[in-house]
Amino acid sequence: MAIELYRIDDRLIHGQVVVGWGQPLALEFIVLVDDEVAASEWEQELYRMGVPPEMGVHFDSLTGAAENLLRYQTDDRRGLLLTADIPTMAQLCDTSGSIKRVNIGGIHHRPGRVQRLRYVFLSPQEEDALRALESRGIEVTAQDVPAARPLALGEMLSAEGVR
Amino acid sequence: MSESSGSDSGSGGSGRSGTRPPTDRRALVAGHADFATGIISAVAQIAGRPEVFLPFSNRDLSAKDVEKQMRELVSQPNVTTIFTDLPAGSCTMAARRLLRERPDLVLVTGANLATLLEFVFSEPMTPGDTARYAVERGRTALATVEGSAEAPRGN
Repeated sequence: MAIELYRIDDRLIHGQVVVGWGQPLALEFIVLVDDEVAASEWEQELYRMGVPPEMGVHFDSLTGAAENLLRYQTDDRRGLLLTADIPTMAQLCDTSGSIKRVNIGGIHHRPGRVQRLRYVFLSPQEEDALRALESRGIEVTAQDVPAARPLALGEMLSAEGVR
Repeated sequence: MSESSGSDSGSGGSGRSGTRPPTDRRALVAGHADFATGIISAVAQIAGRPEVFLPFSNRDLSAKDVEKQMRELVSQPNVTTIFTDLPAGSCTMAARRLLRERPDLVLVTGANLATLLEFVFSEPMTPGDTARYAVERGRTALATVEGSAEAPRGN
């Protein structure tokens, strides 16, 4: 499978993704799935300028990503798929049925969310959505950078605060 | 949006102020973890003018909070420039968004210590020219020295 990592990260393309994961995974392309970014040339240009020229970037809406996912998964190159939130990734998982692992890379503070890890804040609805993913056989782990130990969903949800 | 580049550094002098009194221009230094406070402490040790720079860390912040907090910092008096550590970083992304609403600001990505020192010491110029001189100085400071070149020659 050409997609090495399916990551939820509300910063989307940033240093941890491009450098932190990009180098050890030898990533050659990123798929950014976000309806707002997919609808804005300016946003796409902003994110495109954040990646090195040798790395490809595909911008897709949720609908577009569902249609193109098989092509990304069978690409000869190594890629990473990004969403900014849990519902987008969950819908993509449901639609495709081919995503086996999801990485929680960064979901930051917002009213209504409780801090679980240093870089993960979740609302009760978001926690339920992650549990639902796991109940469908998808492995959900939290790991901001490759050098960190991946935390299983149960361990993440039982954590309270900075780790 | 215009961008800083060391390759078109304008005309004129070196950008050094000599005995000229310091300008009141300031800059935001934004980056990962303790990059900003660390590099500003180095500026303080060398140039003694840490007040020129406002530090900001994106640690554990969402993209929206990075942008919000950077917006507040660049609204302080005399802030003309944003220095960031990494072109792909969330601080750089936020800075680009801020430049869209504040075209008077200049962004320099990939900043190093030499870049910031040039910003401190350069003579009064437009923010764009000041940034270009700083970028030029920062690029010049990057160099490779291989051990074989330093080894004693002959017997």
